[in-house]
Amino acid sequence: MSKIRKLLSGNEAIALGAYHAGVRVATAYPGTPSTEILENIAGYKDLYAEWSTNEKVAMEVGLGASYAGVRTLVSMKHVGLNVAADPFMAAATTGVHGGLVVVSADDPGIHSSQGEQDNRHFARLGRVPMIEPSDSQEAYDFMAAAYEISEKYDTPVLFRITTRVAHSKSVVELDMGAVRAERNKYFHHNVEKYVMLPGHARLRVPHMHRRVAELTALAEVTPLNQVIEGDGRTGIISSGVAYEYARDVFPGASFLKLGLIYPLSPKLLQRFAGQVKKLFVVEELDPFLEDSIKAMGIRVEGKEHIPRFGELNIGAVRHAAAKSEIIPPAVPAAATATIGNLPGRPPLLCAGCPHAGAFFVLSTIGKRSKVLDAAGRSEKESGLIITGDIGCYTLATYPPLRAMDTTACMGASIGQAIGLVKAGVTSKVAAVIGDSTFMHSGITGLIDAIYNDAKITVVILDNGTTAMTGHQDHPGSGKSAQGNVTQKVDIAKVVEGAGVRNLQVVDAFDIKSVRSAISSALGGGQLSVVIVRGKCAVTNRVRKNKRYVDQDTCNDCGVCLMIGCPAIQKKEGKIYIEASACMGDACGICQQLCPKKAISPEENTGK
Amino acid sequence: MKSLDQGKLDILMVGVGGQGIILASDILGDVALDIGLDVKKTDTLGMAQRGGSVTSHLRIGQKVWSPLINISEADILMAFEKLEAARWVGYLRPGGAVIINNLAIPPLSISLGTQVYPADEAILGSFRNVTDTVYLVEGNKKVADLGDIRTLNIFMLGYLSRFLPMKITDEQWEKGIARHLPAKILDLNKRAFEAGREAAAGVNI
Repeated sequence: MSKIRKLLSGNEAIALGAYHAGVRVATAYPGTPSTEILENIAGYKDLYAEWSTNEKVAMEVGLGASYAGVRTLVSMKHVGLNVAADPFMAAATTGVHGGLVVVSADDPGIHSSQGEQDNRHFARLGRVPMIEPSDSQEAYDFMAAAYEISEKYDTPVLFRITTRVAHSKSVVELDMGAVRAERNKYFHHNVEKYVMLPGHARLRVPHMHRRVAELTALAEVTPLNQVIEGDGRTGIISSGVAYEYARDVFPGASFLKLGLIYPLSPKLLQRFAGQVKKLFVVEELDPFLEDSIKAMGIRVEGKEHIPRFGELNIGAVRHAAAKSEIIPPAVPAAATATIGNLPGRPPLLCAGCPHAGAFFVLSTIGKRSKVLDAAGRSEKESGLIITGDIGCYTLATYPPLRAMDTTACMGASIGQAIGLVKAGVTSKVAAVIGDSTFMHSGITGLIDAIYNDAKITVVILDNGTTAMTGHQDHPGSGKSAQGNVTQKVDIAKVVEGAGVRNLQVVDAFDIKSVRSAISSALGGGQLSVVIVRGKCAVTNRVRKNKRYVDQDTCNDCGVCLMIGCPAIQKKEGKIYIEASACMGDACGICQQLCPKKAISPEENTGK
Repeated sequence: MKSLDQGKLDILMVGVGGQGIILASDILGDVALDIGLDVKKTDTLGMAQRGGSVTSHLRIGQKVWSPLINISEADILMAFEKLEAARWVGYLRPGGAVIINNLAIPPLSISLGTQVYPADEAILGSFRNVTDTVYLVEGNKKVADLGDIRTLNIFMLGYLSRFLPMKITDEQWEKGIARHLPAKILDLNKRAFEAGREAAAGVNI
């Protein structure tokens, strides 16, 4: 078959590259910027792909599949690898049978994450090779190389991308004839390799060190690393998307472009250093390459000038190079356009969001609005502390709802609530968590609360999907990643079965029920769970009877504005509902809350 | 507009989540690839899709390295909403072209009374010391006349098509649009593209 050229995102290219490399099992938990890898590979029906309960399970399923001899892809966002660190380190110790590639999608600049971390350190920690592509073509090409290295060196391979590589589209030339044939699946019993008793693990450790030595030799000759000859004055060492910025900034320089970024070859680095007068490392986040190169006794510059956090871009690299006197300082633009004090446009809960009502109720309990200042701070407790979790609902932190006091990592809301109560806070404590996050890692926290008799209220916002990352299925949705109908895991039954005695399930769009359930749960003085069920507005296509504000009845009290619904707007002192955004009968929360009964369906107003 | 023989064409499309900006830049990216150019594009990510500010960087040339456009280097800034035009003005190169859809989508902070939506004069004035080439387009009105405001993105693409330095045939545009839209709304969108192109027919580029 012939070659074709397509514009693909890094994630699409990884999925296709893995498929063409013969991957037969792919696992993941959704997480920006990695989600589309599994979404794309799940479309191939001649392989098995799953949304796993969380990244730890994804890694374990991947490890089992690798032991069966098939090529396996496990993908996750950077903080997902924290969750999966235990089985990842186990995989690094046992090694593999079928090739195992673990994609870590880092998020420099924190576009959609709870923190910034440089997962290149995991390669050193696990003594496993790490490959980093800088565009979609490399994302596609390097997949095949990653599987060959995995099998040849008996190791999982870390495949590190960043948001800018994952989500940028660039041209990929695909070899449609290169699809690799299926391998035989078999598990060969080998307890010294697969059963990590101390005595066996001790036998594996020397293998891990030998592996790094062998990979260091590979790093000298592999085509994953390339030297691009330049003027011989400046030598740039770079990898990933940072390399792309560097190519724009240093058109004439010599480049050592690294694709295998761990381990590095001292021979290759020394040879390159000998060809140029000045060496400069251009890398995003930590001085990972730079520290290794300096440890080889090679003089380089880099992080004295290049930012250690956030995302790089052409301007940042150019500025750093000017400070290092590699290029002349930029002439400041004669005129730059700016306009001061623009209103921000933060992301919001959607019109018709099933979470809005529950947060409206939570925001009004404990007189939070009177205690919290504009920045959401208060020395005094408010009467209700709300520990939060990760999902769309984290947006309830913003005004006007301001109904979240903590967000740490997936599933943390429940454990944090237990800690607050056990430490002796006087306020009531509610933990708010979504359905997919509850499945991911809320269940263990809830069991801790039951076991240790923590008097907290857990509010599970169940919209039936993993909304934040783009509506992926999960154990409670009843559908698999490849579209098959599966057994639904019933959250209410899980909660009851684990031993929670005070459980209520309410309709998210019935404000009275939501308020009475949350109030009685908080007032009950025991561990309680409220499941607030309502369909995600984005997946809800029915929009009948949009709501309308009767201007004669409305006294502009502003209660409806406190829902934070983007459809409810105010212009020239008058509140109105933007019909193109309103979800109508699917929601109706504003109508229930309006003290003057000024909001009703359009059809009853004669409009 | 300079030729693309050696240079590059950097287009920044901005607006509000839900306006179809990313689809518009996907179509132009594919069309540019079809006529043999190198293309890179990168969009706003993650949480921003929920009513937030959206940007799409599109870089076209013989060879493109960085997927991100540098500040003060965009050749064209195309804004689907006025406030977003003002927000991203810093990306425009001196003398670059600005196309603004004459539409205000006030953020929630306006309704809550904590902030004020800037006046048209302030928004248009913000471009004055960078470029004289500013076009205010009645996109929403035009596509409402066509019958569906969801075709705004294709209308804007039609408007933009007049500003592009490379030769793209009608067939190439049609092919690019058809690749990204379902067949049943194709005719409507073709009309929106034509309407956009016509709206730009009189402008002095």
